[in-house]
Amino acid sequence: MAKRIDVSDLDIYYGNFKAVEGVNLSIEPRSITALIGPSGCGKSTFLRALNRMHEVIPGARVEGKVVIEGQDLYGSDVDPVDVRRQIGMVFQRPNPFPTMSIYDNVAAGLRLNAKKTSKSDMDDLVERSLKGANLWNEVKDRLNRPGSGLSGGQQQRLCIARAIAVQPEVLLMDEPCSALDPISTLAVEDLMMELKEQFTIVIVTHNMQQAARVSETTGFFNLNGVGQPGRLIEYNPTEKIFSNPDEKATEDYISGRFG
Amino acid sequence: MTSTTSAPPAQQPKSRPGDRIFAGTAKGAGILILVILAGVAVFLISESVPALTASADEIPGDGGLASYIGPLIFGTLLSAVIALLVATPLAVAIALFITFYAPRKLAAGLGYVVDLLAAIPSIVYGFWGIFWLAPRLVPFYRWLEENLGFIPFFAGPVSSTGRTMLTIGLVLAVMILPIVSAISREVFSQVPTLHTEAALALGATRWEMIKMAVIPYGKSGVIGGSMLGLGRALGETMAVAIILSGSAAGITWALISSANPQTIAANIALQFPESTGLAVNTLIASGLALFVITLLVNMLARWVVNRRSDFSGAN
Repeated sequence: MAKRIDVSDLDIYYGNFKAVEGVNLSIEPRSITALIGPSGCGKSTFLRALNRMHEVIPGARVEGKVVIEGQDLYGSDVDPVDVRRQIGMVFQRPNPFPTMSIYDNVAAGLRLNAKKTSKSDMDDLVERSLKGANLWNEVKDRLNRPGSGLSGGQQQRLCIARAIAVQPEVLLMDEPCSALDPISTLAVEDLMMELKEQFTIVIVTHNMQQAARVSETTGFFNLNGVGQPGRLIEYNPTEKIFSNPDEKATEDYISGRFG
Repeated sequence: MTSTTSAPPAQQPKSRPGDRIFAGTAKGAGILILVILAGVAVFLISESVPALTASADEIPGDGGLASYIGPLIFGTLLSAVIALLVATPLAVAIALFITFYAPRKLAAGLGYVVDLLAAIPSIVYGFWGIFWLAPRLVPFYRWLEENLGFIPFFAGPVSSTGRTMLTIGLVLAVMILPIVSAISREVFSQVPTLHTEAALALGATRWEMIKMAVIPYGKSGVIGGSMLGLGRALGETMAVAIILSGSAAGITWALISSANPQTIAANIALQFPESTGLAVNTLIASGLALFVITLLVNMLARWVVNRRSDFSGAN
Protein backbone atom coordinates (compact mmCIF):
# COMPACT_ATOMS: atom_id res chain seq x y z
CA MET A 1 0.00 0.00 0.00
CA ALA A 2 2.45 2.60 1.18
CA LYS A 3 4.64 3.85 -1.62
CA ARG A 4 7.88 5.70 -2.04
CA ILE A 5 7.92 9.17 -3.56
CA ASP A 6 10.86 10.55 -5.54
CA VAL A 7 10.88 14.20 -6.49
CA SER A 8 13.52 15.50 -8.86
CA ASP A 9 14.20 19.08 -10.01
CA LEU A 10 10.66 20.17 -9.31
CA ASP A 11 9.75 23.77 -10.17
CA ILE A 12 6.21 24.95 -9.48
CA TYR A 13 4.67 27.97 -11.19
CA TYR A 14 1.53 30.03 -10.77
CA GLY A 15 1.26 31.59 -14.19
CA ASN A 16 4.63 33.25 -14.72
CA PHE A 17 5.43 33.37 -11.04
CA LYS A 18 7.83 30.68 -9.89
CA ALA A 19 6.66 29.66 -6.43
CA VAL A 20 8.98 26.74 -5.73
CA GLU A 21 12.33 25.98 -7.33
CA GLY A 22 14.56 22.96 -7.70
CA VAL A 23 13.21 20.51 -5.14
CA ASN A 24 14.92 17.12 -4.94
CA LEU A 25 13.92 14.65 -2.27
CA SER A 26 12.87 11.06 -1.62
CA ILE A 27 10.12 10.19 0.79
CA GLU A 28 10.31 6.75 2.37
CA PRO A 29 7.21 4.53 2.56
CA ARG A 30 5.62 3.93 5.96
CA SER A 31 7.13 7.02 7.48
CA ILE A 32 6.09 10.53 8.42
CA THR A 33 7.87 13.32 6.62
CA ALA A 34 7.40 16.84 7.98
CA LEU A 35 7.80 20.02 5.94
CA ILE A 36 8.53 23.15 7.93
CA GLY A 37 9.38 26.72 7.01
CA PRO A 38 8.08 30.27 7.22
CA SER A 39 4.75 31.29 5.67
CA GLY A 40 4.83 31.73 1.92
CA CYS A 41 7.90 29.55 1.43
CA GLY A 42 6.05 27.12 -0.82
CA LYS A 43 5.75 24.08 1.41
CA SER A 44 1.97 23.87 0.98
CA THR A 45 2.35 24.46 -2.74
CA PHE A 46 4.88 21.64 -2.87
CA LEU A 47 2.55 19.37 -0.90
CA ARG A 48 -0.33 20.12 -3.23
CA ALA A 49 1.91 19.37 -6.21
CA LEU A 50 2.29 15.83 -4.87
CA ASN A 51 -1.33 14.98 -5.70
CA ARG A 52 -1.82 17.58 -8.42
CA MET A 53 -4.23 19.59 -6.29
CA HIS A 54 -2.40 22.81 -7.06
CA GLU A 55 -3.74 22.53 -10.61
CA VAL A 56 -7.13 23.55 -9.27
CA ILE A 57 -5.79 27.12 -9.36
CA PRO A 58 -5.87 28.39 -12.95
CA GLY A 59 -2.41 28.83 -14.46
CA ALA A 60 -0.62 26.54 -12.01
CA ARG A 61 1.87 24.09 -13.52
CA VAL A 62 5.05 22.23 -12.71
CA GLU A 63 8.33 21.33 -14.35
CA GLY A 64 10.35 18.37 -13.17
CA LYS A 65 9.36 14.93 -11.98
CA VAL A 66 7.32 13.40 -9.21
CA VAL A 67 7.58 9.62 -9.29
CA ILE A 68 5.59 7.30 -7.06
CA GLU A 69 6.90 3.73 -7.19
CA GLY A 70 8.08 4.19 -10.76
CA GLN A 71 4.93 5.98 -11.96
CA ASP A 72 5.43 9.55 -13.13
CA LEU A 73 2.54 11.62 -11.74
CA TYR A 74 2.93 14.21 -14.45
CA GLY A 75 3.17 11.78 -17.36
CA SER A 76 1.13 12.87 -20.36
CA ASP A 77 -1.27 9.95 -20.02
CA VAL A 78 -1.90 10.39 -16.30
CA ASP A 79 -5.30 11.72 -15.24
CA PRO A 80 -5.11 14.00 -12.18
CA VAL A 81 -8.36 12.47 -10.96
CA ASP A 82 -6.66 9.06 -10.72
CA VAL A 83 -3.67 10.61 -8.96
CA ARG A 84 -5.93 12.09 -6.30
CA ARG A 85 -7.66 8.77 -5.77
CA GLN A 86 -4.30 7.23 -4.90
CA ILE A 87 -3.00 10.13 -2.84
CA GLY A 88 -5.35 11.37 -0.15
CA MET A 89 -5.29 14.80 1.37
CA VAL A 90 -6.31 16.38 4.68
CA PHE A 91 -6.64 20.16 4.77
CA GLN A 92 -5.78 22.90 7.19
CA ARG A 93 -9.36 23.57 8.21
CA PRO A 94 -11.63 20.57 8.76
CA ASN A 95 -13.89 20.35 5.72
CA PRO A 96 -16.49 17.62 6.05
CA PHE A 97 -19.29 18.04 3.52
CA PRO A 98 -21.85 20.02 5.52
CA THR A 99 -24.78 18.64 3.58
CA MET A 100 -23.87 15.03 4.30
CA SER A 101 -24.22 12.90 7.37
CA ILE A 102 -21.17 11.50 9.15
CA TYR A 103 -21.76 8.17 7.43
CA ASP A 104 -22.09 9.72 3.99
CA ASN A 105 -18.97 11.80 4.51
CA VAL A 106 -16.89 8.68 5.06
CA ALA A 107 -18.62 6.87 2.21
CA ALA A 108 -18.24 9.80 -0.21
CA GLY A 109 -14.90 8.73 -1.64
CA LEU A 110 -15.97 5.13 -1.99
CA ARG A 111 -19.09 6.11 -3.86
CA LEU A 112 -16.95 7.93 -6.41
CA ASN A 113 -15.39 4.65 -7.41
CA ALA A 114 -18.03 3.52 -9.83
CA LYS A 115 -18.18 -0.09 -8.67
CA LYS A 116 -21.23 -0.93 -6.59
CA THR A 117 -20.65 -1.75 -2.97
CA SER A 118 -23.27 -3.62 -1.00
CA LYS A 119 -24.82 -1.96 2.02
CA SER A 120 -23.12 -4.31 4.47
CA ASP A 121 -19.70 -3.91 2.83
CA MET A 122 -20.17 -0.16 2.96
CA ASP A 123 -21.15 -0.34 6.64
CA ASP A 124 -18.00 -2.35 7.34
CA LEU A 125 -15.79 0.08 5.48
CA VAL A 126 -17.28 3.11 7.19
CA GLU A 127 -16.85 1.45 10.57
CA ARG A 128 -13.29 0.41 9.82
CA SER A 129 -12.34 3.88 8.56
CA LEU A 130 -13.90 5.61 11.55
CA LYS A 131 -12.13 3.17 13.87
CA GLY A 132 -8.93 3.84 11.98
CA ALA A 133 -9.40 7.55 12.64
CA ASN A 134 -10.16 6.90 16.36
CA LEU A 135 -13.59 8.41 15.94
CA TRP A 136 -15.88 5.39 15.94
CA ASN A 137 -16.70 5.38 19.64
CA GLU A 138 -17.61 9.04 19.61
CA VAL A 139 -19.93 8.95 16.61
CA LYS A 140 -21.29 5.40 16.31
CA ASP A 141 -24.66 6.43 17.78
CA ARG A 142 -25.15 9.40 15.47
CA LEU A 143 -23.88 8.33 12.08
CA ASN A 144 -26.88 9.97 10.44
CA ARG A 145 -26.31 13.38 11.98
CA PRO A 146 -24.53 16.09 9.94
CA GLY A 147 -20.75 16.02 10.12
CA SER A 148 -20.70 19.74 10.72
CA GLY A 149 -22.21 19.17 14.17
CA LEU A 150 -18.98 17.64 15.48
CA SER A 151 -16.24 19.54 17.29
CA GLY A 152 -13.28 20.83 15.26
CA GLY A 153 -11.02 17.98 16.32
CA GLN A 154 -13.70 15.40 15.58
CA GLN A 155 -14.35 17.00 12.20
CA GLN A 156 -10.66 16.76 11.35
CA ARG A 157 -10.59 13.09 12.31
CA LEU A 158 -13.74 12.63 10.22
CA CYS A 159 -11.83 14.12 7.28
CA ILE A 160 -8.97 11.71 7.97
CA ALA A 161 -11.47 8.84 8.04
CA ARG A 162 -12.85 10.03 4.73
CA ALA A 163 -9.36 10.18 3.24
CA ILE A 164 -8.27 6.73 4.45
CA ALA A 165 -11.59 5.09 3.51
CA VAL A 166 -10.48 4.94 -0.12
CA GLN A 167 -7.24 3.17 0.90
CA PRO A 168 -4.85 5.68 -0.61
CA GLU A 169 -1.15 4.97 -0.95
CA VAL A 170 -0.02 8.29 0.40
CA LEU A 171 -1.66 10.69 2.83
CA LEU A 172 -0.84 14.39 2.53
CA MET A 173 -1.68 16.63 5.47
CA ASP A 174 -1.60 20.41 5.12
CA GLU A 175 -1.27 21.83 8.65
CA PRO A 176 -3.93 19.43 9.90
CA CYS A 177 -3.77 20.65 13.49
CA SER A 178 -3.47 24.38 13.05
CA ALA A 179 -7.18 24.95 13.74
CA LEU A 180 -7.33 22.51 16.66
CA ASP A 181 -6.84 22.79 20.40
CA PRO A 182 -3.93 20.93 22.07
CA ILE A 183 -6.01 17.91 23.11
CA SER A 184 -7.44 17.41 19.63
CA THR A 185 -3.96 17.96 18.23
CA LEU A 186 -2.66 15.16 20.41
CA ALA A 187 -5.47 12.90 19.22
CA VAL A 188 -4.58 13.60 15.58
CA GLU A 189 -0.86 13.09 16.25
CA ASP A 190 -1.51 9.74 17.94
CA LEU A 191 -3.58 8.81 14.95
CA MET A 192 -0.76 9.74 12.57
CA MET A 193 1.63 7.46 14.48
CA GLU A 194 -0.83 4.58 13.95
CA LEU A 195 -1.51 5.42 10.32
CA LYS A 196 2.13 5.39 9.32
CA GLU A 197 2.10 1.60 9.73
CA GLN A 198 0.01 1.55 6.55
CA PHE A 199 0.50 4.83 4.73
CA THR A 200 3.24 7.14 3.62
CA ILE A 201 2.46 10.41 5.36
CA VAL A 202 3.69 13.88 4.41
CA ILE A 203 2.69 16.69 6.75
CA VAL A 204 3.15 20.44 6.49
CA THR A 205 3.28 22.09 9.89
CA HIS A 206 4.10 25.41 11.51
CA ASN A 207 4.47 23.71 14.84
CA MET A 208 8.09 22.64 15.18
CA GLN A 209 7.42 20.59 18.29
CA GLN A 210 4.89 18.69 16.24
CA ALA A 211 7.43 18.03 13.50
CA ALA A 212 9.90 16.87 16.14
CA ARG A 213 7.34 14.63 17.84
CA VAL A 214 5.86 12.79 14.90
CA SER A 215 8.23 12.77 11.94
CA GLU A 216 11.21 10.64 10.95
CA THR A 217 12.42 13.04 8.30
CA THR A 218 12.09 16.81 8.09
CA GLY A 219 12.43 19.16 5.16
CA PHE A 220 13.06 22.87 5.74
CA PHE A 221 11.77 25.28 3.09
CA ASN A 222 12.81 28.89 2.90
CA LEU A 223 12.87 31.78 0.47
CA ASN A 224 15.47 34.45 0.01
CA GLY A 225 13.03 37.34 -0.20
CA VAL A 226 9.58 38.43 -1.27
CA GLY A 227 8.91 37.48 -4.90
CA GLN A 228 11.69 34.88 -4.86
CA PRO A 229 10.83 31.21 -5.29
CA GLY A 230 10.86 28.95 -2.24
CA ARG A 231 13.59 26.32 -2.02
CA LEU A 232 14.19 23.19 -0.06
CA ILE A 233 17.11 24.25 2.14
CA GLU A 234 17.70 21.10 4.08
CA TYR A 235 16.26 17.60 4.09
CA ASN A 236 17.52 15.32 6.85
CA PRO A 237 16.42 12.95 9.61
CA THR A 238 14.34 14.88 12.12
CA GLU A 239 16.77 14.24 14.97
CA LYS A 240 19.59 15.78 13.00
CA ILE A 241 17.54 18.79 11.90
CA PHE A 242 16.56 19.61 15.45
CA SER A 243 19.96 18.95 17.08
CA ASN A 244 22.70 19.55 14.57
CA PRO A 245 21.40 20.85 11.22
CA ASP A 246 23.76 21.15 8.26
CA GLU A 247 22.59 24.61 7.30
CA LYS A 248 22.89 27.82 9.27
CA ALA A 249 19.43 28.96 8.03
CA THR A 250 17.78 25.84 9.43
CA GLU A 251 19.36 26.36 12.80
CA ASP A 252 18.29 30.02 12.86
CA TYR A 253 14.72 29.11 12.00
CA ILE A 254 14.46 26.32 14.54
CA SER A 255 16.01 28.29 17.36
CA GLY A 256 13.73 31.24 16.62
CA ARG A 257 16.46 33.60 15.50
CA PHE A 258 14.86 33.87 12.13
CA GLY A 259 12.92 36.90 10.98
CA MET B 1 -25.38 37.73 46.17
CA THR B 2 -28.70 37.36 47.97
CA SER B 3 -29.73 40.93 47.50
CA THR B 4 -30.38 42.05 43.99
CA THR B 5 -31.68 45.46 44.96
CA SER B 6 -28.25 46.68 45.93
CA ALA B 7 -26.83 45.86 42.51
CA PRO B 8 -26.01 49.01 40.57
CA PRO B 9 -28.58 49.77 37.88
CA ALA B 10 -27.58 48.54 34.45
CA GLN B 11 -25.52 51.23 32.83
CA GLN B 12 -27.44 52.98 30.10
CA PRO B 13 -25.32 53.05 26.96
CA LYS B 14 -24.85 56.62 25.89
CA SER B 15 -27.24 57.21 23.02
CA ARG B 16 -25.86 59.19 20.16
CA PRO B 17 -28.04 61.12 17.69
CA GLY B 18 -26.67 59.15 14.71
CA ASP B 19 -27.62 55.83 16.31
CA ARG B 20 -31.08 57.09 17.19
CA ILE B 21 -31.74 58.40 13.70
CA PHE B 22 -30.55 55.17 12.09
CA ALA B 23 -32.51 52.96 14.49
CA GLY B 24 -35.61 55.08 13.96
CA THR B 25 -35.30 54.97 10.16
CA ALA B 26 -34.75 51.23 10.13
CA LYS B 27 -37.67 50.61 12.44
CA GLY B 28 -39.88 52.93 10.41
CA ALA B 29 -38.98 51.16 7.17
CA GLY B 30 -39.75 47.79 8.74
CA ILE B 31 -43.12 48.95 10.00
CA LEU B 32 -43.93 50.58 6.65
CA ILE B 33 -43.63 47.20 4.90
CA LEU B 34 -46.12 45.65 7.30
CA VAL B 35 -48.50 48.60 6.95
CA ILE B 36 -48.41 48.38 3.14
CA LEU B 37 -48.99 44.62 3.20
CA ALA B 38 -51.86 44.98 5.65
CA GLY B 39 -53.29 47.85 3.59
CA VAL B 40 -53.28 45.75 0.42
CA ALA B 41 -54.88 42.83 2.21
CA VAL B 42 -57.57 45.01 3.79
CA PHE B 43 -58.34 46.66 0.45
CA LEU B 44 -58.60 43.31 -1.36
CA ILE B 45 -60.81 41.77 1.29
CA SER B 46 -63.13 44.75 1.72
CA GLU B 47 -63.56 45.18 -2.03
CA SER B 48 -64.22 41.48 -2.58
CA VAL B 49 -66.91 41.26 0.07
CA PRO B 50 -69.74 42.27 -2.31
CA ALA B 51 -68.67 39.54 -4.74
CA LEU B 52 -68.24 37.00 -1.95
CA THR B 53 -71.71 37.66 -0.58
CA ALA B 54 -73.52 38.07 -3.91
CA SER B 55 -75.84 35.35 -5.14
CA ALA B 56 -74.56 33.04 -7.88
CA ASP B 57 -76.58 34.53 -10.74
CA GLU B 58 -75.20 38.04 -10.20
CA ILE B 59 -71.63 36.94 -10.87
CA PRO B 60 -70.41 37.20 -14.52
CA GLY B 61 -70.58 33.91 -16.28
CA ASP B 62 -72.92 31.36 -14.87
CA GLY B 63 -72.46 29.22 -11.81
CA GLY B 64 -71.27 31.68 -9.20
CA LEU B 65 -67.95 32.89 -7.86
CA ALA B 66 -66.25 29.52 -7.40
CA SER B 67 -66.82 28.42 -10.96
CA TYR B 68 -65.66 31.85 -12.17
CA ILE B 69 -62.41 31.98 -10.20
CA GLY B 70 -61.67 28.24 -10.13
CA PRO B 71 -60.54 27.90 -13.76
CA LEU B 72 -58.59 31.16 -13.44
CA ILE B 73 -56.66 29.79 -10.44
CA PHE B 74 -56.10 26.59 -12.36
CA GLY B 75 -54.82 28.43 -15.42
CA THR B 76 -52.54 30.62 -13.31
CA LEU B 77 -50.98 27.67 -11.50
CA LEU B 78 -50.69 25.53 -14.61
CA SER B 79 -48.87 28.19 -16.66
CA ALA B 80 -46.55 29.04 -13.74
CA VAL B 81 -45.74 25.40 -13.03
CA ILE B 82 -44.93 24.72 -16.69
CA ALA B 83 -42.66 27.78 -16.66
CA LEU B 84 -40.94 26.58 -13.50
CA LEU B 85 -40.45 23.03 -14.76
CA VAL B 86 -38.83 24.33 -17.95
CA ALA B 87 -36.85 27.20 -16.46
CA THR B 88 -35.34 25.69 -13.30
CA PRO B 89 -33.22 22.91 -14.87
CA LEU B 90 -32.15 25.27 -17.63
CA ALA B 91 -31.26 28.03 -15.18
CA VAL B 92 -29.27 25.65 -12.97
CA ALA B 93 -27.42 24.33 -16.01
CA ILE B 94 -26.63 27.87 -17.17
CA ALA B 95 -25.47 28.82 -13.68
CA LEU B 96 -23.22 25.75 -13.42
CA PHE B 97 -21.77 26.37 -16.85
CA ILE B 98 -21.00 29.99 -16.08
CA THR B 99 -19.56 29.23 -12.64
CA PHE B 100 -17.52 26.11 -13.32
CA TYR B 101 -17.06 25.38 -17.00
CA ALA B 102 -16.95 28.54 -19.07
CA PRO B 103 -13.63 30.30 -19.63
CA ARG B 104 -13.53 33.42 -17.47
CA LYS B 105 -14.14 35.96 -20.27
CA LEU B 106 -17.02 34.04 -21.78
CA ALA B 107 -18.55 33.55 -18.32
CA ALA B 108 -18.69 37.27 -17.64
CA GLY B 109 -20.27 38.00 -21.02
CA LEU B 110 -22.76 35.18 -20.77
CA GLY B 111 -23.83 36.20 -17.26
CA TYR B 112 -24.41 39.71 -18.54
CA VAL B 113 -26.55 38.49 -21.43
CA VAL B 114 -28.70 36.35 -19.14
CA ASP B 115 -29.21 39.30 -16.80
CA LEU B 116 -30.17 41.38 -19.81
CA LEU B 117 -33.12 39.05 -20.44
CA ALA B 118 -34.58 40.41 -17.20
CA ALA B 119 -34.47 43.93 -18.57
CA ILE B 120 -36.77 43.19 -21.53
CA PRO B 121 -40.27 44.57 -20.84
CA SER B 122 -42.96 41.94 -20.60
CA ILE B 123 -44.96 43.51 -23.43
CA VAL B 124 -42.01 42.79 -25.72
CA TYR B 125 -42.05 39.18 -24.62
CA GLY B 126 -45.73 39.23 -25.45
CA PHE B 127 -45.11 40.37 -29.02
CA TRP B 128 -42.24 37.96 -29.43
CA GLY B 129 -44.42 35.13 -28.17
CA ILE B 130 -47.38 35.85 -30.40
CA PHE B 131 -45.61 36.79 -33.64
CA TRP B 132 -42.48 34.68 -33.52
CA LEU B 133 -42.71 31.78 -31.11
CA ALA B 134 -46.36 30.71 -31.37
CA PRO B 135 -46.46 30.09 -35.16
CA ARG B 136 -43.17 28.18 -35.00
CA LEU B 137 -44.52 25.90 -32.30
CA VAL B 138 -47.59 24.81 -34.26
CA PRO B 139 -45.83 22.07 -36.32
CA PHE B 140 -44.26 20.80 -33.13
CA TYR B 141 -47.68 20.69 -31.44
CA ARG B 142 -49.08 18.77 -34.43
CA TRP B 143 -46.30 16.24 -34.01
CA LEU B 144 -47.02 15.97 -30.28
CA GLU B 145 -50.70 15.34 -30.93
CA GLU B 146 -50.00 12.67 -33.54
CA ASN B 147 -47.43 10.80 -31.51
CA LEU B 148 -48.26 11.52 -27.90
CA GLY B 149 -51.95 12.41 -28.21
CA PHE B 150 -52.91 9.61 -25.82
CA ILE B 151 -51.43 11.69 -22.98
CA PRO B 152 -54.13 14.12 -21.77
CA PHE B 153 -51.65 17.02 -21.95
CA PHE B 154 -51.30 16.66 -25.69
CA ALA B 155 -54.90 15.87 -26.56
CA GLY B 156 -56.24 17.56 -29.71
CA PRO B 157 -57.50 19.43 -31.49
CA VAL B 158 -54.29 21.42 -31.88
CA SER B 159 -54.59 25.18 -31.86
CA SER B 160 -53.89 26.57 -35.33
CA THR B 161 -52.43 29.79 -33.93
CA GLY B 162 -50.19 28.23 -31.30
CA ARG B 163 -51.51 30.61 -28.66
CA THR B 164 -51.81 27.85 -26.11
CA MET B 165 -51.09 27.07 -22.49
CA LEU B 166 -47.79 25.40 -23.39
CA THR B 167 -46.68 28.43 -25.43
CA ILE B 168 -47.34 30.79 -22.55
CA GLY B 169 -45.56 28.38 -20.20
CA LEU B 170 -42.49 28.53 -22.43
CA VAL B 171 -42.59 32.33 -22.72
CA LEU B 172 -42.94 32.63 -18.94
CA ALA B 173 -40.01 30.22 -18.59
CA VAL B 174 -37.82 32.57 -20.64
CA MET B 175 -39.04 35.48 -18.52
CA ILE B 176 -38.17 33.90 -15.17
CA LEU B 177 -34.92 32.37 -16.42
CA PRO B 178 -32.77 35.41 -15.50
CA ILE B 179 -33.84 35.64 -11.88
CA VAL B 180 -33.54 31.91 -11.25
CA SER B 181 -30.17 31.63 -12.94
CA ALA B 182 -28.82 34.82 -11.31
CA ILE B 183 -29.64 33.52 -7.84
CA SER B 184 -28.35 30.03 -8.62
CA ARG B 185 -25.13 31.53 -9.94
CA GLU B 186 -24.76 33.60 -6.81
CA VAL B 187 -25.10 30.60 -4.46
CA PHE B 188 -22.90 28.37 -6.61
CA SER B 189 -20.13 30.93 -6.60
CA GLN B 190 -20.35 31.08 -2.81
CA VAL B 191 -19.62 27.40 -2.31
CA PRO B 192 -16.53 27.45 -0.08
CA THR B 193 -13.28 26.39 -1.74
CA LEU B 194 -12.82 24.07 1.22
CA HIS B 195 -15.75 21.96 0.08
CA THR B 196 -14.89 21.87 -3.60
CA GLU B 197 -11.29 20.97 -2.75
CA ALA B 198 -12.48 18.28 -0.36
CA ALA B 199 -14.32 16.64 -3.22
CA LEU B 200 -11.48 17.07 -5.72
CA ALA B 201 -8.94 15.68 -3.26
CA LEU B 202 -11.03 12.50 -2.98
CA GLY B 203 -10.57 12.03 -6.70
CA ALA B 204 -13.81 13.55 -7.90
CA THR B 205 -14.11 14.73 -11.48
CA ARG B 206 -15.52 18.18 -11.98
CA TRP B 207 -19.05 16.87 -12.45
CA GLU B 208 -18.73 14.63 -9.37
CA MET B 209 -17.45 17.61 -7.44
CA ILE B 210 -20.54 19.56 -8.48
CA LYS B 211 -22.83 16.72 -7.43
CA MET B 212 -21.02 16.22 -4.14
CA ALA B 213 -20.31 19.72 -2.93
CA VAL B 214 -21.92 22.38 -5.09
CA ILE B 215 -25.50 21.26 -5.67
CA PRO B 216 -26.19 20.16 -2.07
CA TYR B 217 -24.77 23.44 -0.83
CA GLY B 218 -26.71 25.54 -3.30
CA LYS B 219 -29.97 23.61 -3.20
CA SER B 220 -31.85 25.88 -0.83
CA GLY B 221 -30.72 28.93 -2.78
CA VAL B 222 -31.92 27.39 -6.03
CA ILE B 223 -35.28 26.61 -4.44
CA GLY B 224 -35.51 30.17 -3.18
CA GLY B 225 -34.67 31.50 -6.64
CA SER B 226 -37.26 29.28 -8.32
CA MET B 227 -39.90 30.48 -5.89
CA LEU B 228 -39.10 34.08 -6.76
CA GLY B 229 -39.43 33.08 -10.40
CA LEU B 230 -42.71 31.33 -9.64
CA GLY B 231 -43.95 34.51 -8.01
CA ARG B 232 -43.17 36.44 -11.17
CA ALA B 233 -44.79 33.81 -13.38
CA LEU B 234 -47.96 33.79 -11.26
CA GLY B 235 -48.34 37.54 -11.47
CA GLU B 236 -47.28 38.05 -15.10
CA THR B 237 -50.00 39.99 -16.86
CA MET B 238 -49.16 41.57 -20.22
CA ALA B 239 -47.42 38.67 -21.93
CA VAL B 240 -50.19 36.28 -20.96
CA ALA B 241 -52.94 38.72 -21.90
CA ILE B 242 -51.43 39.12 -25.38
CA ILE B 243 -50.45 35.56 -26.14
CA LEU B 244 -52.92 33.22 -24.52
CA SER B 245 -56.16 32.83 -26.38
CA GLY B 246 -58.14 32.24 -23.25
CA SER B 247 -61.67 31.06 -23.40
CA ALA B 248 -64.20 29.87 -20.93
CA ALA B 249 -62.70 26.44 -21.29
CA GLY B 250 -62.98 25.55 -17.65
CA ILE B 251 -60.42 23.25 -16.15
CA THR B 252 -58.60 21.32 -18.83
CA TRP B 253 -55.23 19.57 -18.89
CA ALA B 254 -54.88 19.96 -22.64
CA LEU B 255 -51.86 22.16 -23.16
CA ILE B 256 -51.84 22.51 -26.94
CA SER B 257 -55.49 22.94 -27.84
CA SER B 258 -57.24 26.23 -28.55
CA ALA B 259 -59.40 25.94 -25.43
CA ASN B 260 -57.37 27.29 -22.55
CA PRO B 261 -58.23 28.64 -19.13
CA GLN B 262 -57.13 32.26 -18.67
CA THR B 263 -54.84 33.31 -15.81
CA ILE B 264 -55.98 35.59 -12.99
CA ALA B 265 -53.71 38.53 -13.79
CA ALA B 266 -54.37 38.47 -17.54
CA ASN B 267 -58.09 38.08 -16.97
CA ILE B 268 -58.17 41.15 -14.75
CA ALA B 269 -56.25 43.17 -17.33
CA LEU B 270 -58.57 42.08 -20.14
CA GLN B 271 -61.87 42.39 -18.31
CA PHE B 272 -61.32 45.43 -16.13
CA PRO B 273 -61.89 48.18 -18.78
CA GLU B 274 -65.34 46.87 -19.56
CA SER B 275 -66.45 46.02 -16.05
CA THR B 276 -68.69 47.92 -13.73
CA GLY B 277 -70.33 47.29 -10.39
CA LEU B 278 -70.24 43.77 -9.12
CA ALA B 279 -68.02 42.61 -12.02
CA VAL B 280 -65.22 44.79 -10.65
CA ASN B 281 -65.68 43.27 -7.20
CA THR B 282 -65.47 39.83 -8.77
CA LEU B 283 -62.20 40.72 -10.45
CA ILE B 284 -60.84 42.02 -7.15
CA ALA B 285 -61.90 38.78 -5.48
CA SER B 286 -59.83 36.91 -8.08
CA GLY B 287 -56.97 39.25 -7.21
CA LEU B 288 -57.38 38.27 -3.57
CA ALA B 289 -57.07 34.63 -4.63
CA LEU B 290 -53.81 35.47 -6.45
CA PHE B 291 -52.54 37.27 -3.34
CA VAL B 292 -53.26 34.23 -1.18
CA ILE B 293 -51.64 31.87 -3.69
CA THR B 294 -48.46 33.95 -3.78
CA LEU B 295 -48.38 34.05 0.00
CA LEU B 296 -48.78 30.26 0.18
CA VAL B 297 -46.05 29.73 -2.42
CA ASN B 298 -43.69 31.87 -0.38
CA MET B 299 -44.50 30.01 2.84
CA LEU B 300 -44.03 26.70 1.08
CA ALA B 301 -40.64 27.85 -0.22
CA ARG B 302 -39.55 28.85 3.27
CA TRP B 303 -40.67 25.53 4.65
CA VAL B 304 -38.77 23.64 1.95
CA VAL B 305 -35.64 25.69 2.54
CA ASN B 306 -35.76 25.28 6.33
CA ARG B 307 -36.65 21.62 6.37
CA ARG B 308 -33.08 20.42 6.25
CA SER B 309 -31.38 23.45 7.69
CA ASP B 310 -29.16 21.19 9.83
CA PHE B 311 -27.54 20.01 6.63
CA SER B 312 -27.53 23.34 4.84
CA GLY B 313 -23.93 24.20 5.55
CA ALA B 314 -24.96 27.43 7.23
CA ASN B 315 -23.90 26.19 10.65
